[in-house]
Amino acid sequence: MNSVHSRLSLYLLFTPFLLWLALLIIIPHIFMFLVSISVKTGVREYVTGLGNYMVFFTEPLYWNTFARTAFMSVSATFLTLLIGFPVAYYIAKLTRGRTKTTLFLMCLIPFWVSELVRTFGWMILLRETGIFSSFLQYIGLASEPIEFLYNDAAIMVGLVYTSMLFMVVPLVTTLDSLDDSLIEAGYDLGGNGITVLREIIIPHAMPGIVSGCIVVFMLSLGNYLTPILLGGKDSLWFTGLIYDQFITRFNWELGSAFGFLLLLLSSTIVWAGLKLSGQSLTNTVGR
Amino acid sequence: MSQQPASAQNTNAAAAFDLECRNINKDFDGFKAVNNVSFNVPTGTFFSILGPSGCGKTTLLRMVAGFQTPSSGDLLIKGKSMLGVPPNKRPVSMVFQHLALFPMMDIAANVGFGLRQRGVPREDIAKRVETVLERVGLPGVGSRHISQLSGGQKQRVAIARCMVLEPDVLLLDEPLGALDLKLREHMKIELKKLQSEFGTTFVYITHDQSEALVMSDQIAVMNHGEFEQVGAARELYHEPKTAFVAGFVGEANSFTAKVDSINGDAATLVSDDGLNIKGHDASGNLQQGDKAKVYVRPESIRLATSANQLDNVENLNQGIIENILFNGANSHILLREEKSGGELNVAIPQTGQFRDLTRGDKVYIGWEAAQTRCYKES
Repeated sequence: MNSVHSRLSLYLLFTPFLLWLALLIIIPHIFMFLVSISVKTGVREYVTGLGNYMVFFTEPLYWNTFARTAFMSVSATFLTLLIGFPVAYYIAKLTRGRTKTTLFLMCLIPFWVSELVRTFGWMILLRETGIFSSFLQYIGLASEPIEFLYNDAAIMVGLVYTSMLFMVVPLVTTLDSLDDSLIEAGYDLGGNGITVLREIIIPHAMPGIVSGCIVVFMLSLGNYLTPILLGGKDSLWFTGLIYDQFITRFNWELGSAFGFLLLLLSSTIVWAGLKLSGQSLTNTVGR
Repeated sequence: MSQQPASAQNTNAAAAFDLECRNINKDFDGFKAVNNVSFNVPTGTFFSILGPSGCGKTTLLRMVAGFQTPSSGDLLIKGKSMLGVPPNKRPVSMVFQHLALFPMMDIAANVGFGLRQRGVPREDIAKRVETVLERVGLPGVGSRHISQLSGGQKQRVAIARCMVLEPDVLLLDEPLGALDLKLREHMKIELKKLQSEFGTTFVYITHDQSEALVMSDQIAVMNHGEFEQVGAARELYHEPKTAFVAGFVGEANSFTAKVDSINGDAATLVSDDGLNIKGHDASGNLQQGDKAKVYVRPESIRLATSANQLDNVENLNQGIIENILFNGANSHILLREEKSGGELNVAIPQTGQFRDLTRGDKVYIGWEAAQTRCYKES
C-alpha cells in the first residue's frame, strides 16, 4: 500500500519533467532529424539520404557562414570573459554590503527590457545619424556622418553586451566563495598580483569561468536578433541562414540539416572547451 | 668592532630584536583598534599576544604582516622599518586562522609556492620542500591532496609552507582554533617543539590563555587595543599588574570591595557582600574608601575540615558546599560563604584528602593576604 503510494507520487512528480523532455526536446529532434535526411526529388516525393548535408558542404557560402559564426561566437565569449572577469572580481571581492547589491543589480537592470530594446539602444548610439556620429561631428573630429552600424565590430559589441550578465553571475558566485585569506596567503608568501591571479584566483574560478563561457557561447551562437539588427543584411550569421530556409524558402529539409549542424558545432566546441580546461559539465554548469 | 661606524652599530644593536613595534596606532573611522602599542620580540623567542576577541590583536598581527598600515608609529623587522613595504616583500610569513592552504594545488605545490615566487630552480624547490616536510614530520606526502590530510597534518603543512621560506618572523593567527580539544593539546606541544627546532621567532595570537601560557616565552596581554602587561607566563599568573590581567589569565574569584584601611601594601577591605578581606595592594595606589577589585585564585584557597588546620592564614572563613564540579585534576567546588552569602570557586587538591566531600558539607576555607590581589577600580 505504502509502496504503491510512494511510487504513484514519484510518477506524478516526474510527469511534467518527462512531458517536457519528450514533447519539447526528444520528439522535435527526432522529427527534425528525419526531415533533415529526406531529400526532395519532386513534388511531395522524398528519398532518404544525406543530400541536404552535402549541399552545406558544397556551397561555400553556407560553410563560410558556419565557420564565421563559430569564430565570432568564440571571440565574443572570450571578450565577454575579458571584460566580465574584472567586473565580477570587483563586485565579489572589493565591495561589501549595499554597494555590492547595487552593482549586481546594475548588471541585471538592462535585462529588464527585451533584447530588442537593448539592441535598439545600441542602434541609436551607432547609426549614421546617431549620437556617436553627431558628437564626433560636433567636436570636429569628423566632417561627415559616420556609419558605425552594420559591421562585425557592431555585432561583437552587441553580443558582448547582451551576454555580459551570464558571464558575471557565475563568476561572482565562484569568486565569492574564494576565501580572502587564500589571496592574502598568496601575497604573504611572496606572490605578486599576476602570480596570485594565475595560480590561485583563476584556478579557483575555473568552474565559473567555464560555466559562464558555455552559456555565453551558446547564447551568441544561437543569437538571431543582435547579429541581424546590428550587422544588417550582410551579417552572415548561421541562425539567419536557418531562418531563411524555414521561413523565406520553405526548405524545411535544408533548414533542419543546418539546425543539426549547428547543434553538432556547439556540442563539439563545448566539449573541446571542457577538455581544454580540464573541467566537467557537472562541475561547472551542474553546480 | 670599534672601527664600525656608529650607524652600523645601531642597526646591530637593534637587530637583537627580530620584531620591534614603536607606538603603533590604528584607527578605524574614529575607533581605536590599536592604541599606542610598543613591544620588542627578541630573536628566537615564542611571543604570544593574548586577548579577548575584538581586542585588536588580529589588527596588530595584520599590520606586522603588511595587510594593514598603522595610522602612526613604526614597525621594524631585524632593525629595518617595514612601513611602506608590501606584504610580499616582508621577511615574515603568516599561518592563517583557517590555514589558507591552496586547495587547487597538491601539498608539494603548496609548500613550494613561496619558493616558486622567488624564482628558485625547480630541482632545488623539490629538495627543499621534501626537507621541510621531513622536519615537520610529514615525509613523502608531497603528491597528496590537501583534503587527504587530517587537521593536525594540515597544520604542519601550513607551518612548513611558511618555514621553507626561512622567514625572520613567523606570525600565527589562532591556528589551533579549529581543532578539537585533544588535538589542540597535542599541537600546543608540537608547535613549541617546532619553534625551538627551527629557532625562528614566533608571534602567536590567541584568545585561549592555556595556549599562550604553555607555549610562550613572553606573553603580552591585550585589551581594548592596549597592552595591559608583557611578561613571562609565570609573571602574568602570579603577579598580574592590572585587574584585567588578574581576571583574564588563569581563573579567579573576584569581589568588588571597599578599602577599609591601608598599611603599606597590606589592605583591609569589605566586599559588597559584607565579607572581610585582607589583601595585597597590587596596583600600589589604594587609599582608604576606594572602590577596589579583589582577585583570589581558586587554587590559592585552602580547604580544611577544622579551623586549626588553617593557622597563619589571614583570611579564614566557613562555607557550605553547593556544587562539586568534578573534572579530574582540575576539579572545583562551588561553595557559599556563610557570613556574607557570596559564592566562591575553590580548587580541590587531588591528594585524596577531599575525595569524600559532598554537597551540603560545611568546610573551612582560608587564603593568604599575599595571594589576594587588590586593584583600584577605575
